[in-house]
Amino acid sequence: MQLTGAEIIWESLLREGVEVLFGFPGGAILPTYDALSKYPQIHHVLVRHEQNAAHMADGYARASGKVGVCMATSGPGATNLTTGLATAMMDSSSIVAITGQVPTKALGTDAFQETDITGVTLPITKHNFLVTRVEDLARTIREAFHIARTGRPGPVLIDVPKDVQIAQTEFVYPTEPVRLPGYRPQPSGSPEQVRKAAALINAAQRPVILAGHGIIISGAEDELMALAERCDAPVATTLLGISSIPESHPKCLGMMGMHGEAYTNLAIQNADLVVAIGMRFDDRVTGNLASYLPHAQVIHVDIDAAEINKNVPADVGIVGDAKAVLKQLLPLVESRGHGEWWAQIEEWRKDVRARDIIHQEFPDEVLLAPHVMRELWRVTGGSILVTTDVGQHQMWEAQYFRHDRRRQLITSGGLGTMGFALPASMGAKFARPDEEIWCVVGDGGFQMSIPELATIVQEKLDIKIAIINNGFLGMVRQWQELMYDRRYVATPLLQPDFVKLAEAYGILGLRVTRQTELAPAIARARAHRGPVLIDFRVEEEVNVFPMVSPGRALHDMIRRPLHVVATDVTK
Amino acid sequence: MKHTLVALVENKPGVLTRVASLFRRRNFNIESLTVSETEVPEVSRMTIVVDASRTNAALVEQNLLKLVNVIAVEDVTDKPIVSRDLALIKVKANKETRTEIMQFVDIYRAKIVDVCPDSLIVEVTGPEAKVQTLLDLLRPFGILEMVRTGRVAMVRGSGAYAGNGHPPENGNENSPHDANGRQGLLPA
Repeated sequence: MQLTGAEIIWESLLREGVEVLFGFPGGAILPTYDALSKYPQIHHVLVRHEQNAAHMADGYARASGKVGVCMATSGPGATNLTTGLATAMMDSSSIVAITGQVPTKALGTDAFQETDITGVTLPITKHNFLVTRVEDLARTIREAFHIARTGRPGPVLIDVPKDVQIAQTEFVYPTEPVRLPGYRPQPSGSPEQVRKAAALINAAQRPVILAGHGIIISGAEDELMALAERCDAPVATTLLGISSIPESHPKCLGMMGMHGEAYTNLAIQNADLVVAIGMRFDDRVTGNLASYLPHAQVIHVDIDAAEINKNVPADVGIVGDAKAVLKQLLPLVESRGHGEWWAQIEEWRKDVRARDIIHQEFPDEVLLAPHVMRELWRVTGGSILVTTDVGQHQMWEAQYFRHDRRRQLITSGGLGTMGFALPASMGAKFARPDEEIWCVVGDGGFQMSIPELATIVQEKLDIKIAIINNGFLGMVRQWQELMYDRRYVATPLLQPDFVKLAEAYGILGLRVTRQTELAPAIARARAHRGPVLIDFRVEEEVNVFPMVSPGRALHDMIRRPLHVVATDVTK
Repeated sequence: MKHTLVALVENKPGVLTRVASLFRRRNFNIESLTVSETEVPEVSRMTIVVDASRTNAALVEQNLLKLVNVIAVEDVTDKPIVSRDLALIKVKANKETRTEIMQFVDIYRAKIVDVCPDSLIVEVTGPEAKVQTLLDLLRPFGILEMVRTGRVAMVRGSGAYAGNGHPPENGNENSPHDANGRQGLLPA
């Protein structure tokens, strides 16, 4: 069958199971968009900015476990994708980006809307391709999907010059397994290393399991739980590892790191064995490396060999898929009880509960972001999928929403991208249309995403948006308060009237200023069919605690004050 | 301690950029990098020298392996290897000094490949130390110009890389994974 390059792109996407993609047209990708009219089975979502197309593909990928697809034209269209690609790269999210490019004859001439996008995206993609022959197009797309979804997932970009989209060739989609000589992800762990790891686990007195995104990506939640129960070990999660184990489960210590609970970080620092699975010892998780894990031996399981010994030396490194390695490990692990260790952890936990602002009484009009998170969890019964941006609201959500279901949180962890939550929630909605999806976002980050409100309406997406509005770029303000003598340079920010803004888009807008308004507003938003935006006016100068200041040891936390003084200096 | 890595990469446009970009991005300190064709047309071979006191050679190896176009990487530092560097040295020479220079060249089994009334070009091949010593000996005569290839290396014995990334063909069935479960490629 003779097809144009443009038709080959769509035929290939169909064969990769693509039903929806997110994009924005332009000159160099026009032949491909034109051919889309012949493929009604593929739904194209017109975004308002290409960065959000990449974030939507990312949200789709994380919510579904499939590959998300985005499309843009050459030049500015392609460069606008980069923040989304970098976000996906840092968080190991599988997306395929297809960009138009100037015709091959014009390559390198600084033609109109020409950017060397494969050069630009070299360090922020898992791999990328410039396709200069239409004969290579189908095979390249197949390889791109294979690379994006296997091993440690990541974004792959395919740059297709306009003449390649127009040229014709015989279309045959390859069916034999993809064979790339330099790409052979290692599925299972070395049996010898697994035996060594089991021996360490069986001998440990104070073990802690550190669960990362890799558990979720490989679908190893059951195996993680089995390991935790068999060796009676607490499980701390990274931010992206949240929902790898139900947070109500007694073995779960919740999120570790810079804003992890004190008992979580203390358990890690006092452990004699750390079993890290599918996580990469990011600086936000370890604090100062010199004082990290003073007593612990380290077992590090990761599919990416380059992560082993990168930040923290491993006593036993195991390269392999988390699920496969855990399956190898489980039969070798003996059933153990660590009563003393748990008693110690419970001591620490009691102290943390005493300090928790959730248990303190405030006047009704003092609305704190943690109140919003806790009510959102309580009213919805924790049954929703949440997306967050980066900053204070992200940490509060992680601390106060109890994630008991799988793949329940989608957030920008590694790159910390403002403007991620809203498009990610939209991508997630396409992946799981029956799911109730809440985008929890700060007033700063939301203002980076406003244009996509039009997309939400155009696509009739039922998404609930919770703006945690404190009138500041909150986390930056917090750092200014704690480290820059409270000089609030460029962090107070003006907002539009978010309720009116929502109404301008035809979206139901609500405002909440008191604690007693929380539950009714959340209930009303849930009952409303269609998108809702709630402007939660929370206290302005409140900090996220506990906090490990940059460069400090993980156990050297600024704890929650015993009494939060709610101040509002701007009024 | 200098580490020598041998990498087989796909002979495709942009692969050198990917490798160079990786070194820059990860802040790896590379002493030398040579690239050449191999006996297999689709495969190029790189020899990379890393100063391990500044850069963790194992991380360089693992990050190189992550590149899709990199077929195989091996740290051959502790293996019996033949390692060579080639230098062309244009040195000032006149009637008085020429004989002495030629004696040095002779002792070091180097070659004179160009002669002018007032200069010579010396070609020397060998391990870096040998090249360096000859260079130091010639320096007092006045070096006009110098170019070196950087190290190329090959493991002794009949074992060979299979250029297509397939296991080595000498029948060695050893696991391609080292103690940490990492992928290697050479026969032990």
